Amino acid sequence: MEKPKVATTSLAGCFGCHMSLLDIDDRILKLIELVDFDKSPIDDIKNFTGRCAVGIVEGGCCNEENVHVLQDFRKNCDILISCGDCAIDGGIPAMRNNIPLKECFDEAYHDGPTVYNPNNITPNDKELPLILNKVYPCHHVVKMDYHLPGCPPSADTLWEALVALLSNKPIELPYELIKYD
Amino acid sequence: MSQKLSRIIKNACESCGNDRNRLMDIVTAIQKECGAVTLEAMDIIAKELNVQRVDVESVVSFYSFLSKEEKGKVVIRICNDVVDILKGAEDVAKVFSETLGIEIGQTAADGSISLEYTPCIGLSDQAPAVLINDVAITNLTVDKAKSIANDLKNGVLPESLTKECGDGNNANDLVKSMVKNNIIKKGSVIFAERQSEAGLEKAITMSPSDVISLIKASKVRGRGGAGFPTGMKWEFTRAAKGDKKYVVCNADEGEPGTFKDRVLLTEKFDMLCEGMAIGGYCIGSDSGIIYLRGEYAYLKAFLEKKLSQRKEVGLLGANICGKDGFNFDIRIQIGAGAYICGEETALISSCEGLRGDPKTRPPFPAQKGYLASPTTVNNVETFCSIAKILEKDAAWYSAIGTKGSTGTKILSISGDCSNPGIYEYDFGVKVSDMLKDAGAEDTKAVLIGGPSGQLIGKTDFNRIICYDDLATGGSIVIFNSYRNILEIVKSYLEFFVEESCGYCTPCRTGNVLLLNKIEEILEGKGEPSDIKYLEDLCSTVKVTSRCGLGQTSPNPVLTSIKNFREVYDAVLKLNEDGRQPTFDIKASLEVAEALQGRKSVIY
Repeated sequence: MEKPKVATTSLAGCFGCHMSLLDIDDRILKLIELVDFDKSPIDDIKNFTGRCAVGIVEGGCCNEENVHVLQDFRKNCDILISCGDCAIDGGIPAMRNNIPLKECFDEAYHDGPTVYNPNNITPNDKELPLILNKVYPCHHVVKMDYHLPGCPPSADTLWEALVALLSNKPIELPYELIKYD
Repeated sequence: MSQKLSRIIKNACESCGNDRNRLMDIVTAIQKECGAVTLEAMDIIAKELNVQRVDVESVVSFYSFLSKEEKGKVVIRICNDVVDILKGAEDVAKVFSETLGIEIGQTAADGSISLEYTPCIGLSDQAPAVLINDVAITNLTVDKAKSIANDLKNGVLPESLTKECGDGNNANDLVKSMVKNNIIKKGSVIFAERQSEAGLEKAITMSPSDVISLIKASKVRGRGGAGFPTGMKWEFTRAAKGDKKYVVCNADEGEPGTFKDRVLLTEKFDMLCEGMAIGGYCIGSDSGIIYLRGEYAYLKAFLEKKLSQRKEVGLLGANICGKDGFNFDIRIQIGAGAYICGEETALISSCEGLRGDPKTRPPFPAQKGYLASPTTVNNVETFCSIAKILEKDAAWYSAIGTKGSTGTKILSISGDCSNPGIYEYDFGVKVSDMLKDAGAEDTKAVLIGGPSGQLIGKTDFNRIICYDDLATGGSIVIFNSYRNILEIVKSYLEFFVEESCGYCTPCRTGNVLLLNKIEEILEGKGEPSDIKYLEDLCSTVKVTSRCGLGQTSPNPVLTSIKNFREVYDAVLKLNEDGRQPTFDIKASLEVAEALQGRKSVIY
């Protein structure tokens, strides 16, 4: 029987959630017995090769490319998981949400104390995705099926969630795994 | 200026014995005289009372009738309760705004007039209504609003705007208000003919514990809505340890659509004082406080006169009715526009000169209430009922109403009906009979118990008003078939968002999320899964909020989903591609496109 496919992506995140996924250590060998990885930074597949059972999304949406990728995930995956706090509520990138975009640009490229920009250039190559007015959590852009909180969710949390999902069993997350203080 | 301010503040503080627990009275007096409690004023008050500035500022910033910034000499508060909106409050607001040349929420440049919205002011039976300073103006039309606005512009004093007084004590020299009582149905307990003070006179011939036993036997329950047995509450308070105990009357009816206490205070104040004195006798207290909502400040002088009259004839003060050692006095504590202060522990906080934050229960007020002393807090109508119960007896009273809900209940009926007003029914009255009496036709929905109660539809009109079926503190709002249920739900959520004290997250944030979702649904951007989202969120807010506000604020959403599901289903659309209809990629890119001077190549 063909193995179900899993895709992953990091949008406006720090790749910490992906690091946590790698943190499942040798269980990754068990994982690839259970699934094939499709589009993902882990195997560097850039485009979907077919329908996926599960899409794991790290980070929220801070630019148009994030939105595009997320919509692509929604189109190609049966189940989408918001993985980590940035995907769930914007996280650190969303700290800019109360500051006008112009001020963010000025601080980042001109006025910030560590900025070196003798020609006073604001990056504006047409290949650069346009920034959204604010950072959106994933479920504000497309419908998300599950939310796995944590910064990042621990390897054990990710492992338990994936195994439960793939074996169609109810998820059992012991208190230690979802306690954050 | 500074010296004058100093003098005003010193006088205000001294008149309250420089007691920090009387901070509400002090800041209210200063607000009235100076139009604001400025930062400078706060510093002086703090010094006089030997507290921190933040203690004063936290109070001033909490109550909507108090402000740091100077308000106009005349403050026009337009009631924007749902009933007032149905009756044209928005048109009235527009006329005020245009005629005076100021936006809602603004003060005129010359400092003469401020214009603002305020939630239910207890005049739903004569909506749309406004408060101009303490003067209530009722049954407004666009034309009347225009002429009032012009009068005010020409310097006419708010007091002179009342051309014709209402009935009963509304015409009393100390009230002189155009407010009408609108007592439409008199029942056998509160509005029946009676021998005044008979209840109190009888009580003092009995032992306090016998009086409590009689009240328990009558099975009377609290009229504020929660329905706790009054006899039991008094028994607990009597048994609680403490040298000093308090009887507090909750006259802060802020539940939208309620106005019964307004009428009881106007017409049945002696009966209320009689009930409070009986309470003092029962629990062993010599001090009573009536917490009068700021919206009813127009009654304050009249009520204070009444209190001093009672003192003169020995019904208050020392050795009441000639009974040696039975001392009881009442003071009036004025509120300043905060719905949450109707919650008993928030009310106690307010009486103590604090922000109207609810306190954690337990300990309940019966153990630890006002100034940490055992306190009983009861509704106006409860005290009035007690006076009658003592006058008659427990068996007479418990024969009225239903088994679990004895006596009568005063309902404040308003909305889409031809006879809005006060109705005293025996408990157990059918909703359909009530609608008939009120002259309601083509009724689509009835809100029982205000927005924190439940919104019911036709299939429930054969149910009855009582604690075991449809419980209510007295607010009944009727909506006809032209009304948009979702708009009504939205308005009430806006009310709760505004009135949440902000202490606990589920209420402060949860109500905003509920409102956002209802707005999305109204914009046609809802999908079927939103129902579950709303239900889950409602349950979180209800279960995890600290006080009654958050525990009931989701009710308009929950009961409208339950009883008017078709209204939701009609606008919820299944969203095939999994994209959120509320997310507008084009709008979210506008700022960046303008800043960077290029258009998106993807979207």
